[in-house]
Amino acid sequence: MSFLSALFPAYAEIFLLVMVSVILIADLYTSGRTKTVTYLLVQLTLLGCSLITVATHQHGITYLFNGMYVDDLMSDVLKLLSYLAVSMMLVYSRSYLLARGLFSGEFLALVLFSLLGMMVMISASHFITLYLGLELLSLSLYAMVALQRDSAVATEAAMKYFILGALASGLLLYGMSMLYGATGTLDVRAITGAIQEGTANNALLVFGLVFVVSGLAFKLGAVPFHMWVPDVYQGAPTAMTMLIGTAPKLAAFAFVMRILVEGLQPLMVHWSGMLVILAVLSMAVGNISAIAQTNLKRMFAYSTIAHMGFLLVGVLSGGIEGYGSAMFYAVVYVLMSLGGFGMIMLLSREGFEADNLNDFKGLNQRSPWLAFMMLLLMFSMAGVPPTVGFYAKFSVLNAAVQAGHIPLVIMAVLFSLIGAFYYLRIVKLMYFDAPESHERIYMQPDSSLLISINGLAVLALGILPGTLMSVCAVSVQQSLLH
Amino acid sequence: MIFGFPVLSVVIWLPIIFGVLVLATGNDRNAPLARYIALVGAILGFLVTLPLYTDFDKTTSAMQFVEMQDWITRFNIHYHLGVDGISMLFILLNSFFTPLVVIAGWKVIEKRVAQYMAAFLIMSGLVNGVFASLDAVLFYVYWEAMLIPMFIIIGVWGGPNRVYAAVKFFLYTLLGSLLMLVALLYLYYQSGGSFEILDYHQMAIPMTAQILVFIAFFMAFSVKVPMFPVHTWLPDAHVEAPTGGSVVLAAIMLKVGAYGFLRFSMPIAPDASHSLSGVMITLSLIAVVYIGLVALTQADMKKLVAYSSISHMGFVTLGFFIFNAYGIEGALLQMISHGFVAGALFLCIGVLYDRVHSRQIVDYGGVANKMPVFAAFFMLFAMANSGLPGTSGFVGEFLVIMGAVKANFWFAFLAASTLIFGAAYTLWMYKRVIFGAVTNDHVAHLHDIDLREKLILGVLAITVLGMGLYPLPFSEVLHVSVNDLLVHLARSKL
Repeated sequence: MSFLSALFPAYAEIFLLVMVSVILIADLYTSGRTKTVTYLLVQLTLLGCSLITVATHQHGITYLFNGMYVDDLMSDVLKLLSYLAVSMMLVYSRSYLLARGLFSGEFLALVLFSLLGMMVMISASHFITLYLGLELLSLSLYAMVALQRDSAVATEAAMKYFILGALASGLLLYGMSMLYGATGTLDVRAITGAIQEGTANNALLVFGLVFVVSGLAFKLGAVPFHMWVPDVYQGAPTAMTMLIGTAPKLAAFAFVMRILVEGLQPLMVHWSGMLVILAVLSMAVGNISAIAQTNLKRMFAYSTIAHMGFLLVGVLSGGIEGYGSAMFYAVVYVLMSLGGFGMIMLLSREGFEADNLNDFKGLNQRSPWLAFMMLLLMFSMAGVPPTVGFYAKFSVLNAAVQAGHIPLVIMAVLFSLIGAFYYLRIVKLMYFDAPESHERIYMQPDSSLLISINGLAVLALGILPGTLMSVCAVSVQQSLLH
Repeated sequence: MIFGFPVLSVVIWLPIIFGVLVLATGNDRNAPLARYIALVGAILGFLVTLPLYTDFDKTTSAMQFVEMQDWITRFNIHYHLGVDGISMLFILLNSFFTPLVVIAGWKVIEKRVAQYMAAFLIMSGLVNGVFASLDAVLFYVYWEAMLIPMFIIIGVWGGPNRVYAAVKFFLYTLLGSLLMLVALLYLYYQSGGSFEILDYHQMAIPMTAQILVFIAFFMAFSVKVPMFPVHTWLPDAHVEAPTGGSVVLAAIMLKVGAYGFLRFSMPIAPDASHSLSGVMITLSLIAVVYIGLVALTQADMKKLVAYSSISHMGFVTLGFFIFNAYGIEGALLQMISHGFVAGALFLCIGVLYDRVHSRQIVDYGGVANKMPVFAAFFMLFAMANSGLPGTSGFVGEFLVIMGAVKANFWFAFLAASTLIFGAAYTLWMYKRVIFGAVTNDHVAHLHDIDLREKLILGVLAITVLGMGLYPLPFSEVLHVSVNDLLVHLARSKL
């Protein structure tokens, strides 16, 4: 087998890297403010990546580069969903960014680089690969947040994001080095083996684990490592917030799976206890703080924190049920967030951000259809059937009940009741209040079509959630077979 | 199914589809079209439920018109529908009210007509789903989904304090529902992976678990009924809701909670039901007596009827938890009768409100002078609300009191006090509003009810009288299912 054909599970990453380079150069030679050519090229790249990922899919688990890279069903599914999320994000944000002069070639290249980082994270089976992917993702995101140079808020957000992100990376590296010290390897599979042999120093392992979990919690935005989330979400231009808040969560889920579930499975007694604390605190702080917010982006930030807490409940419940439900939750969360941020951008105009709660007042009178889509998204985030958000919560709670975490389940349920309040408030503003302005909403055909698809998908998946659930469960199951 | 025709699915989805059609008419330029589509949908929605009654087999307690499809195979969740004697009448009751509500809002609702009509049609379908579901998750989905249209109805078309009432309504009911979800997940796990409600009925459950499951269900259902002390959302919601919303709340929503006790709490946790029956009876009697007294002091007509509803529903839960055939059948008949009577009373108050824009009793007086036909209708419904023999209100109350006498004399004694209190608050309100001299200009300018209002109130009057004089068509479908339930309840599941 030739060298190139041996690499075929990683063709998607290679293709993406080549295309980013091509796009960077091609962008120099395309004129025009709207960047239509570059934009289409990016979308085509994403399409190409999807086709390659589907075409190179094979049954079972394949390792590449001496076991540093893994290709399994879970990685393929998560990658496909990441392409979709990034592509949707670009559609939503194009006119928003054009109006603000941010739709540059560099932006598009950074988006693709961050996607490459996610893909590397998703397919990593070695701590070094994981770290490389994570840094590629994070550095692209830092730069993107700072792209709006003349905005003090955005710069501050970028600064905060960078410093706290660097701190988190440091913690993670520190933890990894301890694990390396205890087991003598950074390979995910080898670490499992080394721990199971029982020769590793247990204290050192658990210390390392604490740091790794802290680093993970930083990246997920779980309490008490959440401080960066609200500021970055609010300060960054909404398009960047959307990118930060969506596809990387899929990569973060993969990260949790690779490190905690595949690598440190023998230490589950330890990390599941830590995750319980993170989950409960996240749900509490996220849901309660979200009530007090008047800025929608900030509210979404806190709601993200709460959602991550819920996701962790799935992870700590363990088993195919638990991990499958967590993956389902992550996917559903991404779908809902895309819609939520998309709505903010849809209502924003040149020089005006529709990120205040009051900007949604009376939306039902200005545009009943958009209001209805937002209603679906909000009820889905609150977890009310018949939207898909309910099944996300349902499957996580089901896994937790099966794992015997009844008190945790009751707490999760009570916090989601609190959460329902602030989502209801948006519905209340849209439907019960009179609009503050009667300005016409200018909708781009592409993004308004997408928001309709997005909203109706939340409803349709809520009526027939079975397939997506099974896909998540099967992909988790297959990746854990090794 | 009848000849392979999925009656129950049609009963559920036809109103929903018409609701979507109504929504599609768009803004208020097309309001007349929206009204007519809604009316056609509502009437068709009622007509398709009739086979449920005519083809109903009264000799069996088994589920009928059963439909079963795989839905979410991963969790073994099915689209499983069916009705028995307990649930069938409520589907009819619900579908019966939908056209009345549509007609009642015909002229009154001028803003966002399509959304108003659509919300009621969609809710009607969802409520039918609640009564017809035999799969716990399916039930839960309908149960929660019906909150959304009600939330919108109260919040958009309600009174001045509507936002508070809508949010309170939603959060109160959501709290109960979420705990029920935990209980359902527990039962799913204990039953080895089944969401079939009927499987839960047969499943052995230890006592502690039964009590916890019972409490979780109690949280969900008692809020909906509503029972004392979680009733406080109801007066707010009723007062602020538009007339149609109040009617549906009183006639349908409250029944959903009581139905939950019969379908879930009691058969799934019979031992817990027996051991906690003292608590349930006490709460019911507090509702009957104390809330009855509270109703007496109300100055707002809608609030008065709202409290009267809580008091009457206390009768219903009392009937359930004395565990005999009189009690349960009486309670079921009381639920149906209360649906008609409370719905009619809210419609009557709506008639007055549309003209004077006040619900305060003091703003009226001497209405009979100006609206004689209306006063006659109102009289009938007020009498029915006080449980006068010959009206539907009497049948259920009488049976429940008979059942209570068999259980314990003092239960019956306290319960029977409702006949006095009920008469007191209803008739006193009636007297202050309707009789006497014309007190103010508003009343002096009143005009009597028009054909549309006569039609609605007339239909209800016939039903109330008919059920009072000849309750057999209602009670005969209940017998077998209720007896079967009692046999089931007498068996321990420990």
